[in-house]
Amino acid sequence: MIRFAPIFPVLALLGFLSLPSQALASDDAAGGDYQKAVAGLASDNRQTIIESLDAIARLGDPRALPALDALQDRRLKYDAKGRALIVAKDERAAVDAVTGENYAGPLDALSDPPVNNLVRQHISAVLSSLALRSPDPEQRLAAARELADRPVESAREGLGKALAAETDGRVKSLLEQTLAQIDLKSPDKAARLAAIRAIGRSGNSDFLPALRQVADRQNKSDPLNADGEITEAATRAIASLERRDLVVRAARDLFFGASLGSVLLLAALGLAITFGLMGVINMAHGEMLMIGAYVAYVVQEFFSSHFPNYADWYLPAAIPLAFATAAVVGMLLERTIIRHLYGRPLETLLATWGISLCLIQTVRLIFGAQNVEVRNPAWLSGGFEVVRGLTLTYNRIGIIVFVVFVVVLTWLLLNRTPLGLSIRAVTQARSTASAMGIFTSKVDMWTFGLGSGIAGLGGVALTQVGNVGPELGQSYIVDSFMVVVLGGVGKLAGTIFGALGLGFINKFLEPFSGAVLGKIIVLVLVVVFIQKRPQGIFALKGRTAD
Amino acid sequence: MPIEAVRDITGAPGDIDVSRGVILYVESVSVEFDGFKAIDDLSLSIEDGSLHCIIGPNGAGKTTLLDIITGKTKPDAGEVYLGQNIKLTELSESEIARIGVGRKFQKPTVFENHTLFENLELALHCGKGLLESLFWKLTPARRARIDEVLEIIGLTGEAARFAGLLSHGQKQWLEIGMLLMQAPRVLLLDEPAAGMTPHEIEHSVELLKSLAGQHTVVVIEHDMDFVHAIASRVTVLHEGKVLAEGDMDFVRQNPKVVEVYLGESHA
Amino acid sequence: MAKNSTSLLSPAAWTAFGIAATALVLVVPVLNLALPATSAVHVPDYLIALMGKFLCYAIVALAIDLIWGFTGILSLGHGLFFALGGYAMGMHLMRAIAGEGVYRSELPDFMVFLDWKELPWYWHGFEHFWFAMLMAVLVPGVFALVFGFFAFRSRIKGVYFSIITQAMTYAAMLLFFRNNTGFGGNNGLTDFKHILGFSLLEPATKAGLYAASALALAGTFLLCRFVTVSKLGRVLTAIRDAESRVMFSGYDPLRYKLFVWTLSAVLCGIAGALYVPQVGIINPSEMHPGNSIEMAIWAAVGGRGTLVGPIIGAWLVNGAKSVFTVAFPDLWLYFLGAIFIATTLFLPDGLVGLGRFLSGRKKRPNRDRS
Repeated sequence: MIRFAPIFPVLALLGFLSLPSQALASDDAAGGDYQKAVAGLASDNRQTIIESLDAIARLGDPRALPALDALQDRRLKYDAKGRALIVAKDERAAVDAVTGENYAGPLDALSDPPVNNLVRQHISAVLSSLALRSPDPEQRLAAARELADRPVESAREGLGKALAAETDGRVKSLLEQTLAQIDLKSPDKAARLAAIRAIGRSGNSDFLPALRQVADRQNKSDPLNADGEITEAATRAIASLERRDLVVRAARDLFFGASLGSVLLLAALGLAITFGLMGVINMAHGEMLMIGAYVAYVVQEFFSSHFPNYADWYLPAAIPLAFATAAVVGMLLERTIIRHLYGRPLETLLATWGISLCLIQTVRLIFGAQNVEVRNPAWLSGGFEVVRGLTLTYNRIGIIVFVVFVVVLTWLLLNRTPLGLSIRAVTQARSTASAMGIFTSKVDMWTFGLGSGIAGLGGVALTQVGNVGPELGQSYIVDSFMVVVLGGVGKLAGTIFGALGLGFINKFLEPFSGAVLGKIIVLVLVVVFIQKRPQGIFALKGRTAD
Repeated sequence: MPIEAVRDITGAPGDIDVSRGVILYVESVSVEFDGFKAIDDLSLSIEDGSLHCIIGPNGAGKTTLLDIITGKTKPDAGEVYLGQNIKLTELSESEIARIGVGRKFQKPTVFENHTLFENLELALHCGKGLLESLFWKLTPARRARIDEVLEIIGLTGEAARFAGLLSHGQKQWLEIGMLLMQAPRVLLLDEPAAGMTPHEIEHSVELLKSLAGQHTVVVIEHDMDFVHAIASRVTVLHEGKVLAEGDMDFVRQNPKVVEVYLGESHA
Repeated sequence: MAKNSTSLLSPAAWTAFGIAATALVLVVPVLNLALPATSAVHVPDYLIALMGKFLCYAIVALAIDLIWGFTGILSLGHGLFFALGGYAMGMHLMRAIAGEGVYRSELPDFMVFLDWKELPWYWHGFEHFWFAMLMAVLVPGVFALVFGFFAFRSRIKGVYFSIITQAMTYAAMLLFFRNNTGFGGNNGLTDFKHILGFSLLEPATKAGLYAASALALAGTFLLCRFVTVSKLGRVLTAIRDAESRVMFSGYDPLRYKLFVWTLSAVLCGIAGALYVPQVGIINPSEMHPGNSIEMAIWAAVGGRGTLVGPIIGAWLVNGAKSVFTVAFPDLWLYFLGAIFIATTLFLPDGLVGLGRFLSGRKKRPNRDRS
């Protein structure tokens, strides 16, 4: 949590200066208390300082802000007569903290009040509670967060008052939580019970340790905790918090699983298309991903140097370029090498492995063996927090959206265009399609281009979430193959389910077993699954030749 | 001359119980492929020692039936028995083959990168386990047997040739030869006459007829003359079911069969 | 190959084998140890080590020929079996230097470094050489048996099977890279000092290991030859060509595949065990999928299904690698990639096939067996 403390007093001060003076109700009767409190800030006794701080908190008088600010900055000092003085930032002058008059005396004769961490906590709490009166809800929210981090007993009254007047829902719930935390230690049983229930409702698992302490019957330090009702309430609250945690974690895993699965999907989709059509397992497929990623890199560099004002728009430009580049490379490979190995899938596998070696080495020689940096454009950076503990990052959301878009386009192409019809015909019955006049070799070429192009798009998507280096393809190739094996070929749905399934399984297993063991388990699962259903989840049925 | 020798190339009858005279029972078998019912509650029985032909239009399920009997496809429902008590549906393809059911495929399936001699040698009826194969010796008796079959199928001169270089018809004969080497109790032949010259057809008719008695021969065929020449019993399949059964004449005159083969108009 | 000779090799072949074996096993070590370094025929020490490595690779190539050349199963994960055998030997060598490491502890250095207090249970026994050798055979063998059983039973074939073997070795590599698996993490096992009492730095030991590798290769060759000329070998090639017909002829392909798969794994394990003391290190990168794929290309370059071919292929490709990585390091991967492409496109029968073609001998009809 970001600490607002240093900037805070300034903001609070500004906030207050914009308030009409009637809003700051300070009675004359309270005036004397106020002066005493401010004067007490510059005492030589720590306890006095703390008490004065508490007093200021109770009074809620914003005039104390400069003094508080100074105290935090170690600029509040006292002279021989015990007067509180605020030294200016440039350390040339000082003013009286209470009256505001200029101080004429020597600056080096002043003494520092003893400020330690405990005092500082109180200072921050007071500052925050004062800021709770700010008209700006964001400031109040920030103040409430501050206070929630450090619930100090002395702030309770101020908090209670603030809560009563609060209108903003988020601030309210935070204040409730903070109060609840304080009340957990309250000697009043009813208050404590209310606090326990409030925490249970809040869903904030940061309070779990505190709750567990309360529920712990062995804990003799606080006698009230031994009470059956208290223990029961605490146990129930703990259970509710843990449940919520589980749900949040599941949601987070779902999200990450979806984003991982969608990248896998793009990687595997192209492979499924080429394998389904030509029975070609293209070991260089991972390198198509790599090519797409490096195209994105090159375009990024180009934009940075030639169109620096539109640097972030490299991404939309990179997408078609990556597709085209990868597709062209794929088609070239098909024409020159793969075409001659038709009908020999194992040898195609080896030949394409050789191609992959050459491609990786080429990229290594051109761009170096180290990773290159591809930055997230501004409109894909950051994320939004749905609930505590679950932040959906924009780059991953973007990937999911992009992948859905690509899959839909692919489906349209395969099912609604003449080329797609040819592809499907050749996939199902090559010789028949050929006999009907379809140029199967042309279709092969286009299909390979399509599959490689899609991989290129996958590479672009990868740049937004992962590292870009020459070996990028290698880490995805094994997983892509698993998806193809699992999902079967011939139907888009199989690849989709396979990829998403693997993505989810990987992510859900991770917390239990770690990424490595997860991979192994996935492999074992795939092998076992294949036993039951050798053709994959959704394969083309019918009389397949052995 | 060679035909008599064939009769000697038999494996032991084994423990197939043919006390009822039936060697193969197909009982209420059904199988479905992706919504299409290839075999629909089909039942038939094959008598021991008979020469039984199965005919029917394309897509009637003839080859699928063979697939089920030989264990290549598992039926969704129903059972297949060899004799009274051997449930074929529970066995694997190689077990079924070892137990005495041999099959010749519609498309000749031989070992292309082996010579004819090696093809026949591999099919030879003997122990088919790992150790037996590792220490297998080509004894003179075995060699003689292979030579005999080579003569029967008329390919003695080609013994050293790689099977992949044979013509379609020659491959058919090789496969028949391999079947003979296997010495099965039941021979299942899927369109053996396809691609044969009339002379060859005559030869195979002779061959099959001589096998009957000691063996049971089930033939799927389209060539009606061939069927007429060999069959003691004919079963007509249509849309996965038995349409008619009996001897050739009975079947030929059956109006349902006529309709199925010749279409609607016959009035 | 028309008549079935029951002898392993023809008389001519036996002579050739005898000469090659004698040369490799006896002559070379003698030339290394007995002659002074200045002699023209002296075999330098580095060459002994290099050739020793190549001999181990040749054993692997033979193993791959068995399952791929003869049975038509392309494994992209045999490096795993090689590495497992290597780790077994490595573990023994680590135990052999107990107390002599940097930390002067009973435990291997890397365990001390990880703050482990005692030897994990799976390390016990490796202080005995015979146990380690048994493990070098059993571990790859049993693993292959189990993996193969499930894979073959499910009728996984062709490219699907190859992909799964690749994933298998990849997953194992990741596993061994982890420090807490207890095999040295990404550093692996190294710093060996002696084997069976002989210092690993002595030329005599190195020559001895070399000779052992040569003997192992000779033995492996004869064993493979025995298998492939037997009827079992013919069943294997039949499985490669028409598995369904094999089934319908009464053979159970599962058993045959499992046999040859396990045998090839065991051979790789032995090769790995011989390899490790000669190179002085074993680490998880040995399990990298790329390594296994390279092993396949050794067999392809030489000529699948010939036994002699893969031996030649292993020597040639690795020889080229040694030359390139010293002289033109940036180009090695291009060259290797080119080998892959050229072999599959132009030399499907490998160099031996090319030799046969040039000398006018009969070619097998169906090259499309992949």
